[in-house]
Amino acid sequence: MAANFALKELKTKTAAVLYDVGNDYSKGLAEFFKSTLEKGKGNALGYTMVYGVLRLINFAYGDIFMIGAFIGRYLISYFSLPMHAVFLIAMISTALVGYGIEKIAYKPLRGAPKISLLITAVGVSLFLECFLSLNALFTPNYIAFKRPFEIISYDFSLFTITNIQLIIFVITFSSLFLLYILIYKTKHGKAMRAVSYDRELSSLMGINIDWIISFTFIVGGAFAGLGGVLYGIAYPQINVFMGIMPGIKSFIAAVLGGIGIIHGAVIGGLLIGISEVFVSAFLSSTFRDGLIFIILFIVLLLKPGGIFGKWIEKV
Amino acid sequence: MKALEVSGLKKSFGGVVAVDNISFSVEHLSIIGPNGAGKTTLLKTITGIIKPLKGTIEFEGVSIEGLKPERIVKHGITMVPEGRRVFPHLSVKENLELGAYAINNSRLEAELFDLVLSTFPRLGERIKQLAGTLSGGEQQMLAIGRALMGNPKLLLLDEPSMGLSPIVTKEIFSLIDSINREKGISMILVEQNAHIATEHSHITFVLENGRIVLTGTSAEMKNNPRVIEAYLGV
Ligand SMILES: Nc1ncnc2c1ncn2[C@@H]1O[C@H](COP(=O)(O)OP(=O)(O)OP(=O)(O)O)[C@@H](O)[C@H]1O
Ligand SMILES: [Mg+2]
Repeated sequence: MAANFALKELKTKTAAVLYDVGNDYSKGLAEFFKSTLEKGKGNALGYTMVYGVLRLINFAYGDIFMIGAFIGRYLISYFSLPMHAVFLIAMISTALVGYGIEKIAYKPLRGAPKISLLITAVGVSLFLECFLSLNALFTPNYIAFKRPFEIISYDFSLFTITNIQLIIFVITFSSLFLLYILIYKTKHGKAMRAVSYDRELSSLMGINIDWIISFTFIVGGAFAGLGGVLYGIAYPQINVFMGIMPGIKSFIAAVLGGIGIIHGAVIGGLLIGISEVFVSAFLSSTFRDGLIFIILFIVLLLKPGGIFGKWIEKV
Repeated sequence: MKALEVSGLKKSFGGVVAVDNISFSVEHLSIIGPNGAGKTTLLKTITGIIKPLKGTIEFEGVSIEGLKPERIVKHGITMVPEGRRVFPHLSVKENLELGAYAINNSRLEAELFDLVLSTFPRLGERIKQLAGTLSGGEQQMLAIGRALMGNPKLLLLDEPSMGLSPIVTKEIFSLIDSINREKGISMILVEQNAHIATEHSHITFVLENGRIVLTGTSAEMKNNPRVIEAYLGV
């Protein structure tokens, strides 16, 4: 099946499956599952981590994701590098971008009110989008992302799955696993969780706050870049504004799951994906993007800590 | 030479002078004084959270003023901050491990861990529990245990008895005393409770409006009429 993998067609296809098998639950669920996997879950993960440590909504996150996609694209078209090298170089580059953004834009504002940080985050995001859309750089146009391999689909009696979906599935869950280990099982992770609660107290423990914050941006940047390349492989049309919606969606996914909680981000992402498929299938795909904001309102109203959020009062 | 030498220390916030030209050296010191006297500011300046305006702080002959807190911890100064500050969303064990963050010696860390658990067996029973679910007294024990995990040569305690019942306070102070006897750690104890302060230190001074207004051995200060009138109450 070398069919075009454009978002719309995927949705129609999924919707068709939904109608066809109406009450065949397992089949429907399998379809939801795989289509939701294509949304670059890595993004929500990085988001929840950066927010968790900094209490900063880094709007530029979606733009780092975009930069990752472009770097991946250039590496593939100009240097025809093998896929693992593409992932690696893209991730290193976006890790550096993340580090640079923190150093230039956020670090001078350490200790400034939240609102200044928020405004700066919006500014960084707009700057990256507008600057990179210069013709000498990424241009404002849609650019084809040459997928370095053919799509192969494997037929199981219950569902079909393509190699791309498999790759995304495997990479998403290994990233999840790695992040989990990093945050819950390492000394650095412990320091990140400490810094997210109380910087002054953390510094009294001997934690270098500046380094932990930079490190968070480095890791977050790397995962955003990974997400960007995956996106390019799944939907081979990229442009400088491609990070906006995924950025917002992964933020909402992170809020839904409980901000700062790793498995929360994944479950949140999955839920959003599933709801989108439902809305596209039973209502209309034009409601799809509106839906996530409705979800956001509901979550903020009913359970601002998110599904897995335990709201611990400051003592 | 005393471990910590502070001289001519000054810090102000806007127009408010919180610490004014303070000099002292430390072995076993307690500080009493009314609210807003500058006690916490003084401790925060020693740990590097606040940069002094003027003055010098030397620890074991090395100048430490103006260093970042994470560097000062490495010199062997740890603090139990005011108000039982633990990391509530981390387990008791993780809180203690963070106390040893600056120690890159797993053998020493394991020894300290055993020491803290034998000092505070209650923490051992609750080692996996989230720190936020501990009782107030247990959280204070955790904050002290965490400070001990940094293998301090100088321990700063900012009102460890605040909000604790007399029984728990007594329990905690007898533990502090035994830690002092066994490990010979220098200490600065800030207290509202002058009974406790004079009982558990060699030297006591009274801080008012950022200045040292009275100083003497703790035994003398316990009998000083001004201290009795203002801080020991009748
Ligand atoms: N960050 C700050 N900004 C402005 N003023 C401050 C700041 N920190 C302390 N102060 C002021 O400095 C003075 C000393 O405060 P400090 O916290 O050192 O008092 P304290 O002796 O510890 O009092 P308490 O017994 O109530 O804890 C107070 O007048 C306080 O309002
Ligand atoms: Mg105080």
